[in-house]
Amino acid sequence: MNIVTPSAKKEKSARAMVIESEGVMPVEDFLSCEHRVRSWLLTTDHKRIGLLYLWAIIIFFTIASLAAALMRIELFTPQGDLVTSETYNKLFTIHGVLMVWFFLIPSIPTVLGNFVLPMMLGARDVAFPRLNLMSWYVFLCGGVLALWSLIHGGVDTGWTFYTPYSTTYANSHVISMAAGIFVAGFSSIMTGLNFIVTTHKMRAPGLTWFRLPLFAWSLYATSLIMVLATPVLAITLALMSVERFFGVGIFDPKLGGDPILFQHLFWFYSHPAVYIMILPGMGVVSELITCFSRRPIFGYAWIACSSMAIAILGFIVWGHHMFVSSQSIYAGMVFSILSFLVAIPSAIKVFNWTATMHKGSITFQTPMLYALGFIGLFTIGGLTGLFLASLAVDVHVTDTYFVVAHFHYIMVGGMVMAFMGGLHYWFPKITGRLYPEFIGKMAAIVTFIGFNLTFFPQFLLGYLGMPRRYHAYPPEFQVFHVLSTAGASILGVGYLLPLLYFLWAMKYGRIAGPNPWRATGLEWETASPPPEHNFRQVPRVTTPPYQYDAAEDQDLHVGNV
Amino acid sequence: MDRFHIFPPEASSGAAQVDWLYFGLSAMMIFFSLIVFLPIIYFCIRYRRGSSADRSNPSSGNNLLESGWTLFPLFVSLGFFSWGAVVYYHLERPPRDSVQVQVVARQWMWKLEHAVGKKEINELHVPLGQNVTLTMTSQDVIHSFFVPAFRVKQDVVPGKYTTEWFRATQLGEFHLFCAEYCGTNHSHMVGRVIVMRPADYQHWLTTGEVGPSIVQEGRRLFREKGCSGCHEGKSVVHAPPLAGVYGKQVPLNSGEIAVADDQYIRDSILLPGKQISAGYDNLMPSFTGHISESEIMKIIAYLKSIGEESPSEL
Repeated sequence: MNIVTPSAKKEKSARAMVIESEGVMPVEDFLSCEHRVRSWLLTTDHKRIGLLYLWAIIIFFTIASLAAALMRIELFTPQGDLVTSETYNKLFTIHGVLMVWFFLIPSIPTVLGNFVLPMMLGARDVAFPRLNLMSWYVFLCGGVLALWSLIHGGVDTGWTFYTPYSTTYANSHVISMAAGIFVAGFSSIMTGLNFIVTTHKMRAPGLTWFRLPLFAWSLYATSLIMVLATPVLAITLALMSVERFFGVGIFDPKLGGDPILFQHLFWFYSHPAVYIMILPGMGVVSELITCFSRRPIFGYAWIACSSMAIAILGFIVWGHHMFVSSQSIYAGMVFSILSFLVAIPSAIKVFNWTATMHKGSITFQTPMLYALGFIGLFTIGGLTGLFLASLAVDVHVTDTYFVVAHFHYIMVGGMVMAFMGGLHYWFPKITGRLYPEFIGKMAAIVTFIGFNLTFFPQFLLGYLGMPRRYHAYPPEFQVFHVLSTAGASILGVGYLLPLLYFLWAMKYGRIAGPNPWRATGLEWETASPPPEHNFRQVPRVTTPPYQYDAAEDQDLHVGNV
Repeated sequence: MDRFHIFPPEASSGAAQVDWLYFGLSAMMIFFSLIVFLPIIYFCIRYRRGSSADRSNPSSGNNLLESGWTLFPLFVSLGFFSWGAVVYYHLERPPRDSVQVQVVARQWMWKLEHAVGKKEINELHVPLGQNVTLTMTSQDVIHSFFVPAFRVKQDVVPGKYTTEWFRATQLGEFHLFCAEYCGTNHSHMVGRVIVMRPADYQHWLTTGEVGPSIVQEGRRLFREKGCSGCHEGKSVVHAPPLAGVYGKQVPLNSGEIAVADDQYIRDSILLPGKQISAGYDNLMPSFTGHISESEIMKIIAYLKSIGEESPSEL
């Protein structure tokens, strides 16, 4: 307060720092090398496939968001007066199914991972380019089956497909929806396999494991889960369909089956799947925090190993979804303690990101705002996870809005924030152009505010006892629902803005140059957009990642005045 | 019941324990949030680009610090795990002396029956200050019996029995919700729990339509369904007598030993070939499709009541 500095000059130059290169677009890049539709639909270029995935998941995200919007409008009043109960049940099912399997799980790995990973490794492409293209087609087949089920009347089981409701009692298109998810699962497995082999075999000379960017580590951990867990989902859904179609007793006790067995199988996949959804986001945040703090990551090995710890521990906590399912209380205790343990590697990451900012030279461009938003929301989401790991509290709040709020803090507050941050960060690399920075920051702030207003009231609502998946509810809960609906409309604006200005910037944005953020990492050493095979020469790596120097950045900045 | 709250009523003996744990976790959450958010805010201000803060000798790792912020949350976690587990253990195990209520759930209603034979739908009347244990099963899909004011919830699963208990500590009416999604009218599968003074409860139990008690009904069904023809007295058919069996260990033909609890009896009625008593043949037909969930519960209650008697007294 007591020091008055000529800050106006500094601010002006800070803005100038973002864009240093007012250049021209590369002569030939992966976008401009061929224009025919055929060249896109038959491409084996990992960058183009990443963009194909982007368009596909935007469509699914939009449909799933519209379903959520309808639900929020319905819940504005306690009476179920906008849609029927049956329609409401179909809305939350389609929201869950599309968001989980057709948006969150593929989002960062298939879009940003596909685009960036081979370049980060200094490779010309992924290990199996044709398999990569095939994974997109398989994904689309799954998506078409899911949409077919939606158009032909929808499914009302919830995304969890609990038996015996799904096998015997649900009167909707359960099998075709399950088939869609089953098929899409193979695309996950293909992507995971591709990333594992690529990371093992295609690293540039000198790029040792502990020189890998942390985004690569997180994708590696994610891929392991995809390859190991997805088959369990496939067999679970197949068994469910067999029982539904042929009446073979597997899960329905009337046929001699066990309904709890389904839950064990389902969560054995679906809890690791939570980490498929969040680990890549953590990787993105590691890239963003370092770049915009101009600091090497703090505790590199700890963050890398914590990703692997999460991948492994994530496989043995599934029973915490079943504390009130009639599982034995001793099993409940084992799963409770393991669930507390899986929180530790996440905590390590958060502490290390915080420490990375120490003695940095921090700027607040859009990707950094998303990264900071991620840390805040992920921390709240993770800590409320400990409420759910605590047996006695879980009994009260499981299957209420508390759980809904918790996983949206992780999935939307965490993963979607990271995805948006990553999209903004790599947008100049993808398109060769810059998005408008000011409106980008506004959108990030609007998203953050809208998100909290939507989901924070749901924690309180859950502890009050509001069960999830309720079409109508007692009037005393209305205040919180109104807040939540208001928040959702703000959140909607936060998502719409980037879509609009990205489309605008693809054509009219300023030319970015190869490295507008002055970031480290091999992907920034090539042109923007990169040439078809990424590098004109195979890069050689001689240093650890994140060779940022905050002090030098300061000098550079001061010299720039 | 329509007033605006930010906290649910604490209406059972267990509610306060759950709430204390919740407050403890909330305090922990605030603490960890602060130790993350305050440094982040401080660094964002102090180390913003262009500030004159000292940036010399930056560190890129410190194993002591890493071990500290690994072990400290670990110990805190283990503390909260233990706290949660102890409260849970206490809340999950029903006490011996309690008012018994049978619950059969179906799409989309709750059917409840008190031991003396009083039945109700979507309402549960309970006495203040006495333990109440619900024995629950479902006729169709999975439901969940959730009373937020009591902080209790238990899934109600077809094909097996689950229990839930509480001791109400506050008079009044409280929400009863189905908490496990069960189909179209899931959100209408709601009701009330009405806590009454014990005297009022006794009065309520014996007025209105009161049928024969559950045990009497069970005895009747035991004869009507033909169970007594083989399992009672000097029957021609070689079948195990059932008096005095409930709660005891039963040696099986397979060499294993089963405990004759509710689940065992239920399975023996519906899937008689599953666990056969040692020394007997698999002669009994399955009653699947010929007996309802609430009838099975009544027969179990009857067998439980003759658990201590000798066969000759039948």
